[in-house]
Amino acid sequence: MTSTTTTPHSATGSVALHGVTKVYGQGEGAVLALDGVSLDVAPGEFVCLVGASGCGKSTLLNLVAGLDRISGGRIELGDGVDPGLMFQESALFPWLTVEGNVEVPLKLRGMPRAARRERVAELLRTVHLADFARKRPHELSGGMRQRVALARTLALDTPVLLMDEPFGALDAMTRDILHDELERIWTERKLTVLFVTHNVREAARLADRIILLSSRPGRIIYSTRVDVPRPRRIDSPEIASIAAEVTDKLRTEVGRHGQ
Amino acid sequence: MASDTLADAPRADAEISGLDALEIAGRQKTTTRAATIWASTWPKLAALAIAIGAWQAVVWAEIWPPYSLPGPATVGQELLRQASGPQLWEGMATTLRRAALGYVFSVGVGLLLGLAVARSRVLRAAIGSMITALQTMPSIAWFPLAILLFELSEKAIFFVVVLGAAPSIANGVISGVDYVSPLLLRAGRNLGARGLNLYRYVIAPAALPAIVAGLKQGWAFSWRSLMAGELIVVGISQTSLGAQLTYSRELSDAPWLLSTMIVILVVGLVVDAAFGAADRAIRRRWGVLDQAGQ
Repeated sequence: MTSTTTTPHSATGSVALHGVTKVYGQGEGAVLALDGVSLDVAPGEFVCLVGASGCGKSTLLNLVAGLDRISGGRIELGDGVDPGLMFQESALFPWLTVEGNVEVPLKLRGMPRAARRERVAELLRTVHLADFARKRPHELSGGMRQRVALARTLALDTPVLLMDEPFGALDAMTRDILHDELERIWTERKLTVLFVTHNVREAARLADRIILLSSRPGRIIYSTRVDVPRPRRIDSPEIASIAAEVTDKLRTEVGRHGQ
Repeated sequence: MASDTLADAPRADAEISGLDALEIAGRQKTTTRAATIWASTWPKLAALAIAIGAWQAVVWAEIWPPYSLPGPATVGQELLRQASGPQLWEGMATTLRRAALGYVFSVGVGLLLGLAVARSRVLRAAIGSMITALQTMPSIAWFPLAILLFELSEKAIFFVVVLGAAPSIANGVISGVDYVSPLLLRAGRNLGARGLNLYRYVIAPAALPAIVAGLKQGWAFSWRSLMAGELIVVGISQTSLGAQLTYSRELSDAPWLLSTMIVILVVGLVVDAAFGAADRAIRRRWGVLDQAGQ
């Protein structure tokens, strides 16, 4: 039960976690970050992970991305699938232009130059940034940088997208528009998305399913489907009522730590 | 009712490009190149004028006799005379050749050493602090040993120049690699950069500003070490700038001495300015240059 490798799974875009445990440190000072998390994400499903601080949301994404080792359990991904990861900060390379950034994963995959140029142009059109190909990251706004980061992640051509509070640092207006954008791209490309956020409304706006994690250690304590038809609006009453329901559960969980 | 606002794709496109236009408006600078150059030049010219004025004032005060401290006009004439003869240029060529040789070798040693220490935990524990210790050692303190080892030769100068410059360069590399943002490393690894590719695509470019700072400091140290060396190791046939300083002192030729000093200062400034330009170019690309333009 301590296999740390990802094993093949039948459907390519699926993500399956079986009793995943993560411990940081050793002996007395060891911290249990995730405790037996099991989760099945179907290909093409949009799952939002919600939780208060210390629930190990980001840890979970790092484990699925293969950037950290699991302490116990199993993570199953589709055959040869390397998930793409996005962060709250765009993590763009400041020494490269917008197109240079998007090109990096293509270069690393050994794609020939002509094919790269075409692909970069196509990806930048997808995120509506074709006119900004020659700009440097610092010349763009926060929302634009996140779109570049999204294009760069899409360049990996992976069916699984892991997003770690990608819109957390943006203003509400920009965030709303990026929700629409992400929803469109997710639909067009039939992606599987695992999206971490502490913003319950955002989760209700985007998710097919919301998963609530407890804090210290992280365990799944609640899960609900969002059956509101798309496209959705974050300020619609249906979304608000689902958000209220999840917020209540979240507050109960936070209150448990006050004793 | 939600759908009639969102299904409208062209409208969403207009919204997104409108937002982009609003957010990046006003970020372009409007100053001309000439204005920028003038803004950074006039304070330097003013400082130069003040320095020459102060020098002239000291000369007029007659604290020292004119054969010890000649005025700017006398030294200026001497400088012109030197510039029209071969001696100054030959001296400068000798000195610059030594500087280039020592510096290039130091860059090689410094980069390799820095990379090795940055990569290996064992090496870091073993010699990491020694590199810093070497950096604090005044290079002139190496000369007695260098002379014992290599006698009064080119090798002695080379030895000291490399010992002066290489530790700074190595330290620049080490701190550059150490301070690469963990976020960029994670992003790079997620994009498929492993092993050497991680160095090529992420670590090396991310560490570049610190490496350039190390190269600049390394140059300053090597130039100082070289001057100290040339003052001490004279009489090996070639009349370097440092040797000319020594000769002019022995001949009590103050105008020659001061004009040589000015040449040494100018060479140092020119190279420093080149490093400064490289540094600014990098920071501009990175977007960490602030609005004031400095």
